[in-house]
Amino acid sequence: MDLFVNQFKDSYYADDVENLFNDEFDASKEFSLPILELPACENPVEFMKAHDFKFDHGTTTLAFKFHGGVVVCVDSRASSGSYIATHSVKKVIEINPYLLGTMAGGAADCMFWERELAAASKLLANIVYRYKGYGLSMGTMVTGWDKTVNSDGSRLKGDLFSVGSGSLFAYGVLDNGFDYDMSVQDALELGRRSVYHAAHRDSASGGTLNLYHVKESGWDFIGGYDFDDLHWEYQDQPKPRITENVQPMLNIQA
Amino acid sequence: MEFLIGIIGKDFVLVAADTTAVISINIFKVDEDKSRDLNKHIIMLYSGEPGDAVNFAEYIQRNVRFYGIKNGIELNPKAAATFTRRELAQSLRSRKPYSVNVLIAGYDITKTTPHLYWIDYLGTSVEAPYVAHGYGAYYTTSFLDKHHHPDLTFEEAKILIKKCIDEIKHRLILNLPEFKIKVVDKDGIREVVI
Repeated sequence: MDLFVNQFKDSYYADDVENLFNDEFDASKEFSLPILELPACENPVEFMKAHDFKFDHGTTTLAFKFHGGVVVCVDSRASSGSYIATHSVKKVIEINPYLLGTMAGGAADCMFWERELAAASKLLANIVYRYKGYGLSMGTMVTGWDKTVNSDGSRLKGDLFSVGSGSLFAYGVLDNGFDYDMSVQDALELGRRSVYHAAHRDSASGGTLNLYHVKESGWDFIGGYDFDDLHWEYQDQPKPRITENVQPMLNIQA
Repeated sequence: MEFLIGIIGKDFVLVAADTTAVISINIFKVDEDKSRDLNKHIIMLYSGEPGDAVNFAEYIQRNVRFYGIKNGIELNPKAAATFTRRELAQSLRSRKPYSVNVLIAGYDITKTTPHLYWIDYLGTSVEAPYVAHGYGAYYTTSFLDKHHHPDLTFEEAKILIKKCIDEIKHRLILNLPEFKIKVVDKDGIREVVI
């Protein structure tokens, strides 16, 4: 197996690893940020356009903060254009026991940068900003503090975010059901429900739903739910009635 | 960037349209009624290219009215929707097609049932219990998926449509400050203030 892997291991820090054993310890090399090797061409964006690369784009990811912590909920479909590549993508990256990152946009870009980083969203934003204009595609929420980073290098702090092609549908449900003082159970259910409705309407979202709860003691994986099962579960329930005209929303970025 | 929405309830249809008249980056007007009564029990909401929209709506309105006068019997909502769809489909294949999206909401007085049709400029016609045109549809359809049911009372529908409007006021970049809300039922078409 090692032999097989080594064939493809000619990676960007192979030299660093060798140096580590041969030469003396060099902290600047050891702890330097990873570098993304760019294709040997003048403009990577034009290069990718010219070669008709289709990236995995469609997604629904969502995270919101409430008094009981943070709820993170994502789908698991990977689609390239009209082709559904797989229904079992892990779009939540478990950075460490206290930090979760979510993936939307180019799967490869998100995975590469988030895996390398056991660090905060500011670091991620700075790195992504360096590559602005090079065609990165990512929309990431880092929770623990709930921040979102986009491939244009922007970074926003807030209580409630949704990213991806299905995010608009998710916002529609989320905004109306959101209340900062809701119970943990209600919050988890709202996250689940929002992503379910997004996956129902957005052709690029689907598969299974992964639900996480982040609290003081770290994150908890609540469960994975097949969207088909969820659909029939919700179909069998009576529609939640709206009786009150007063709404608790409209106070998102407090 | 305009927004039209319709919700069918137990024995009525509740519809709403934004009232901003925008040309290019300029807001001309914030109290434009983007609807025409086709007859006593059918209303058409329209959005699309500024000149086209009113012209097309009034063309349909006069033809539906004329049908009633000529034959002594009014078109029902389905017939009006079919006629409108066909006009758009024919226009699409002409030198200068109408670029207009419409909702047709009506109450069928013979069958005593409410009807709602979603028709786009390509001539796609869909009958559905809740529909919307414009970017606002992305935010509202998921919400209505969650809450809409066939026995919706008028009070419930008013709350739903208000929540939909609040949501797009909140999330959409474009500023849509005012909406005109109307209801169609057995008694005809009336404006509703929420």
